[in-house]
Amino acid sequence: MAIEVRIPTILRTYTDGAKAVDASGATLEELIGDLEARHPGLRERLIDAGKLRRFVNVYLNDEDVRFLGGLGTPVADGDTVTVLPAVAGG
Amino acid sequence: MRFESLIDSVGRTPLVGLPRLSPSADVRIWAKLEDRNPTGSIKDRPALWMIEQAEKDGLLTPGCTILEPTSGNTGISLAMSARLKGYRLICVMPENTSEERRQLLRMWGAEIISSPAAGGSNEAVRVAKGLAAEHPDWVMLYQYGNPANWRSHYESTGPEILADLPTVTHFVAGLGTTGTLMGVGRFLRERVPGVQIVAAEPRYGELVYGLRNVDEGFIPELYDPDVLTTRFSVSSADALARTRELLGTEGIFAGISTGCALHAALGMARKAVRAGERADIVFVVADGGWKYLSTGAYEGTLDEAEDRLEGQLWA
Repeated sequence: MAIEVRIPTILRTYTDGAKAVDASGATLEELIGDLEARHPGLRERLIDAGKLRRFVNVYLNDEDVRFLGGLGTPVADGDTVTVLPAVAGG
Repeated sequence: MRFESLIDSVGRTPLVGLPRLSPSADVRIWAKLEDRNPTGSIKDRPALWMIEQAEKDGLLTPGCTILEPTSGNTGISLAMSARLKGYRLICVMPENTSEERRQLLRMWGAEIISSPAAGGSNEAVRVAKGLAAEHPDWVMLYQYGNPANWRSHYESTGPEILADLPTVTHFVAGLGTTGTLMGVGRFLRERVPGVQIVAAEPRYGELVYGLRNVDEGFIPELYDPDVLTTRFSVSSADALARTRELLGTEGIFAGISTGCALHAALGMARKAVRAGERADIVFVVADGGWKYLSTGAYEGTLDEAEDRLEGQLWA
């Protein structure tokens, strides 16, 4: 079992074009650390100065992690994590 | 109800219960029917407030040209007000928006400048800001950063909801400019202890997110995350399924962004049932389904509808 991480088009250069990759960890931060080990360079595109980058949105099972526990949000096998750039509506 | 003119009839929309979709007598879901506004969407409120504020501030005078980046509804609302008040309107609109929206804009006399599909509304904002710099005499109301946007909901939508449903526990709306959530959210938080303000954000096809660097994203200036309790990303598939469910079970023919909000509202309802708490959950029907008929959202299987919607801006 693992956690599925969906990668936006712009970051697929780090995943050999894969739309979704597997990773593991007990928190989002650990999960991103594991992603970095498998796909070097990805962490820096998501995190800056210990925080999620301003225009990067990360969702755990469709809920924005900024409203859960940020990088400390617990994650578990079977969860889906989605990474998306911030876009406008209206 | 009697009004002096069409503009005066903005707001005071019905709040209707959803007896079939509500999970129990203690956990109820209510729809705020914003499609009952003069041009058929919630955007009549911020459009009117923004225009009247600009008039008060002396920015807008008769004969002025208004410029606005919009995926459609705000433009349509501005077009109606502009026609009645004698302004010229130019809308910058992503090319991947429905044909109905374009026809409606032209019908009310607006001019349309298309922005590239890739990048969605981010691109429309960028193009509009460039045009505004080139034409300093044009007035860009700029719904993403204009406080009159959220104030319209603080002063009208929020008070209407509280007056009709003093027991409200949750407010759920689509996240676009963030104006609805910021305005209603602030109003309810000041008056209803523990009220939950929930954002439902449309998750589009890949085209919309574009190939831009993640450092070049866009967050509306109006957005203040402290107003929200939480925020959900809702896929096109879930939004479409809920839009059809609302029509099939409760008879409400709504646009696709309404399905997005309903999906989050039903999620909050499930949570309340599990926790054994009572809930009165209000969600926004931002517009009716008319403008989306050509997208094929209401015909064939959900998979077919989802394929047809790929790459389009539906909120």
